[in-house]
Amino acid sequence: MKRIIDTLIAFTLAVGAWQLVVWLSDVPHYILPGPIRVWSAFLFNFKLIIEHAQITIAEVLIGLVIGSALGMATALHLMISASTRRFMLPVMVFSQAVPVFALAPILTLWLGYGIGSKIVMAILIIYFPVASNFYDGLHRTNPGLLDLAKTMGASKIHTLFRLRLPAALPSLGSGLRLAAVYAPIGAVIGEWVGSSKGLGYLMLLANGRAKIDLMFATLFVLALFTVGLHAVVGRFSKRLSDWAE
Amino acid sequence: MTAQSSERSNDLPGANLQGDFNHQSHNLFTDLNLRVAPGAWTCLLGPSGVGKSTLLRLLAGLNTGGIFTGFIQTDDAVPMDGRIAYMAQSDLLAPWLNIHDNVLLGARLRGDAPNHDLANDLISRVGLKEHSLKGPAALSGGMRQRVALARALMEDRPFVLLDEPFAALDAKTRSEMQELAFEMLTKRTVLLVTHDPAEAARLGHHIRIMKKTGLIKHQTPTSPPIRAFDAPETIEAQVRLMQQLRAD
Repeated sequence: MKRIIDTLIAFTLAVGAWQLVVWLSDVPHYILPGPIRVWSAFLFNFKLIIEHAQITIAEVLIGLVIGSALGMATALHLMISASTRRFMLPVMVFSQAVPVFALAPILTLWLGYGIGSKIVMAILIIYFPVASNFYDGLHRTNPGLLDLAKTMGASKIHTLFRLRLPAALPSLGSGLRLAAVYAPIGAVIGEWVGSSKGLGYLMLLANGRAKIDLMFATLFVLALFTVGLHAVVGRFSKRLSDWAE
Repeated sequence: MTAQSSERSNDLPGANLQGDFNHQSHNLFTDLNLRVAPGAWTCLLGPSGVGKSTLLRLLAGLNTGGIFTGFIQTDDAVPMDGRIAYMAQSDLLAPWLNIHDNVLLGARLRGDAPNHDLANDLISRVGLKEHSLKGPAALSGGMRQRVALARALMEDRPFVLLDEPFAALDAKTRSEMQELAFEMLTKRTVLLVTHDPAEAARLGHHIRIMKKTGLIKHQTPTSPPIRAFDAPETIEAQVRLMQQLRAD
């Protein structure tokens, strides 16, 4: 509760300072609109923003689910199969050297202007942090526990799913929290490169028409969604591993 | 060799370990011969780093990071594999499972049907009945080690290998835990690795001191364990063990 109040106070102060800068510096509204102007642009364009927000949110959520699932499956597969570890791990590390953003034009070329290329972009950007965090966690099980499991005659598959996996849930949680922040970035970059819908598209459109207040309003909706998503995913991962608190 | 005649026999197997151990071309022990007597507590006492835990891990079939040349033999010629219960200095409780489920960890990891009644019974016997649904984090160090004891008993194995299981406990809890463990692990073939002479003096049917030069068989007090911590005999044994440990 105290944290919420603190956040509100900080937020109010920041918005107040922003309005003050706009008043005092007399900066033109097409460079930096004040918060009041942005708010009224938000109300005026509410339907438009929500329409585009739905597209972006869908891209992010679908990307998040598929990307996380792929990342988790990869981590588990790396644990099970030695040959996967041998051949996949170097490829995965190398693939991280490719800046994912640079792939956006190619994805648009291959998958078109629709929602598909943005989802793939989000998946690509999420996949590695989820896979590597989870794999790390699966790999770093307390060796004493593994010794104990061995003396108990534990089977390999049960050791993985009933010992390594639960022990790795806190690490998976950190991967998912990262994914929640990265996924909107992926989707918006995809929209910037080529789209006719979504918050990223709306920002570019508003920018091009010098509707900077609309651009800011869109930006805030995007930020709000990302913060909300991070909070939800954070709560979910905390639930996964509440024993680790 | 060892006085086999003094060993209690209740159809339990004992075990022998004999051989050399090399770790990164450094010789940890040579031609060492350890007898773990059936149905009794054998205490392996020694300073840190001398290789006590390595011996125990060899018997447990755990990774030692070195090369052992020799043999490990049981009296009934059935391999040790799958016949040992193991307890370490750390309680090794799974933090995501409650006490009840921790005691049943073995069954979970083998995919066996869990015996809830036996688990409840063992949890009661170690005095944690009202805590069985709590997580390990809610328990004190002594209570957690009692859970580990119940978990080891749940496995119901003839051999019990204890790697300094009481070392991290405070003095009072440690002495209580020694009594509880001794009471619950009678009729098992127990090997206790410890660096505490007092512990060996209280618990050992047989006491071996491990030094860089090899194993020394130590005369145990005449009375059977578990011996009172304040009995003159126990204290005297403790002093003699300490002298042995310090002698070069």
